[in-house]
Amino acid sequence: MSTPADPPVATQVGPPLLTVDDLKVSFATPQGELRAVQGVSLTLEQGKTLGIVGESGSGKTVLSRAIMGLLPRQSATQTGSVRYKGEEILNASNKDLRRLWGSEIAMVFQDPMTSLNPVLRIGHQITESLKIHLKLSRSEAKETALSLLMQVGIPSPVERFDAYPNQLSGGMRQRVIIAIALACAPRLLMADEPTTGLDVTVQAQILDLLSTLQRDRQMGMVLVTHDLGVVATRTDEIIVMYAGNVVERAPTNVLFSQMAMPYTEALLRSIPRIGNPSHTRLVAIDGRPPDLISPPPGCPFAPRCPYVQDKCRSEKPLLVEGAVPGHSYACWYPLSEPVSVGLRSGSGAE
Amino acid sequence: MTDMISPETASTAGAAAAAPGLLFAGPEGVVLLGVAPTSKKLGLFFWFCAGWIGLIIVVAIFANLLPLPKPNFQNFSAPQNGSPGLGHLLGTDDLNRDIFSRLLYGARVSLVVGFGGTGIGLVLGGIPAMFSAYRRGRVDTFLNTVSYAVLAFPALVAVIAIGSFWGHDLWKITLVIGVFSAPVIFRVVRASTLSYASRDFVMAAKALGASDSRILAREIFPNILPTIVSFGLIAVATVIVLEGTLAFLGLSVPPPTPSWGNMLNEGAGLLSGGPGQSNPWLVIFPAAAMFSLLFTLNVVADKLRSFFDVTEVKL
Repeated sequence: MSTPADPPVATQVGPPLLTVDDLKVSFATPQGELRAVQGVSLTLEQGKTLGIVGESGSGKTVLSRAIMGLLPRQSATQTGSVRYKGEEILNASNKDLRRLWGSEIAMVFQDPMTSLNPVLRIGHQITESLKIHLKLSRSEAKETALSLLMQVGIPSPVERFDAYPNQLSGGMRQRVIIAIALACAPRLLMADEPTTGLDVTVQAQILDLLSTLQRDRQMGMVLVTHDLGVVATRTDEIIVMYAGNVVERAPTNVLFSQMAMPYTEALLRSIPRIGNPSHTRLVAIDGRPPDLISPPPGCPFAPRCPYVQDKCRSEKPLLVEGAVPGHSYACWYPLSEPVSVGLRSGSGAE
Repeated sequence: MTDMISPETASTAGAAAAAPGLLFAGPEGVVLLGVAPTSKKLGLFFWFCAGWIGLIIVVAIFANLLPLPKPNFQNFSAPQNGSPGLGHLLGTDDLNRDIFSRLLYGARVSLVVGFGGTGIGLVLGGIPAMFSAYRRGRVDTFLNTVSYAVLAFPALVAVIAIGSFWGHDLWKITLVIGVFSAPVIFRVVRASTLSYASRDFVMAAKALGASDSRILAREIFPNILPTIVSFGLIAVATVIVLEGTLAFLGLSVPPPTPSWGNMLNEGAGLLSGGPGQSNPWLVIFPAAAMFSLLFTLNVVADKLRSFFDVTEVKL
């Protein structure tokens, strides 16, 4: 798998690939200030995968767009720090970011149906950035594009090259989008719910493809999803977000073996299990995420938490280090016993 | 999925191999579904209408090369207000001039004002509209207000007023009409740009490092082109009517320069009267010419819009 676009194998010296420090994002709305992201910090090393998990409205998409610098400047207030290879990029000008976009940092968007331009041929859309960033000639760009289409598993790329997006299925389109994102060999790939619009079988294919490409190219990857099952086997570290806050952060294996935050547990419980007898009721998290304009004073998850105590309602827990290095959580009463991750649900400890 | 080589797929494979570049085999082998050919056709009626417009344009451009009397040549050996016949194909007017010749030269005025005025409108209205809708902010608010203000002013009255002190040369009329068609075009182009500016593929292009002008030109413009083309052609038709109205009021290019509106104006007085005094042909032919041009422009605009719409899938 060697193409002109392939990067040399990186040797890790110097600052981490991505550092986010106390990032806060808020939007001015007629009802008041909506605080979508309330102080998130994270670090991603070269070649690692970070999962960001949370339900709709937890701020994960805003977080990923803020990292990319794609939020509209007029309406979004962003404070804190986002450093790419040590360089501050939060609130950088579009002109500066354009140097990074595509060639250093790329993004795979949520909906494969809308993130391709409907009136341009696939080939045109892939070769465009090759021509801009890598200054390839027409024929070189076409050759690279065809090999990219092959790498992402598109059958008969020569024909697909001249196809319009509406002639491809959703899975194929998402492969094309991945090919476009990877065209200029970025070092950091942001994947914002890359499989939400796809069937389950295709989802697995796309995620496997992303993991393979990430490993082969030693990219850093941020995988944003609402599905803990998606990130379980494909990430090195997981951040669980709730109402704009990081509520738990841990290396993937630690998170699944010793989760401390009731919200993480609730997310895990809400994944349907193949071993359940049929007609088992799906476990849902009752209630709704809190209002981000005037959040309740205590823990944001308190109104929905099955283990809620008085303290949770009045004081907001901060992120504290757990017993295992790298594990932290924001909870006054962390789950003392590890939750069963297996086929049984909730009957006790292992 | 691997052993699906039927005669069709084999022939597609051959075609692909003949194409420049190599035939790549995907991981699942060479599987060819073949790109669906566009089943949409423009149809005979479209080509008939487009051909008619084309014919009018060609004939108007090359009118001086055709074996015709000059439009202002008064043939005193022919009868006044003569009926259509061999000598003068569409007859003569009250000043013994050849109606057919005047009709062809008159098409020049309609076409120059129609396409020129719309072209000026597209440049003055369309290009700012795209930037305005994409960037938003204060400039957008300002241009929006200006366009509403100009729209609120009746264009016909404004054009008459400006023409009365500035003059009625062809280029002046074209320019004034162009300026007054700009706000309508601004509104249409702005609205369709807005509907694409927030699409995911625009953000995806931005995230790939495309500059604003590149996004406008390469991502958004191809999407709004069908709208621009079809609305532009309808604008051409509207502008031609506007010029015709001015000419009918005697406020377009001054006589004896032939234009369809001028001919209608002259013919209107000759609709009734005794033999030799009336000449309905002087109204019928320019009116028919104008009708046929406007009708075909509208048909072509509509057919092109649905043809260019590659996202419209017929099931």
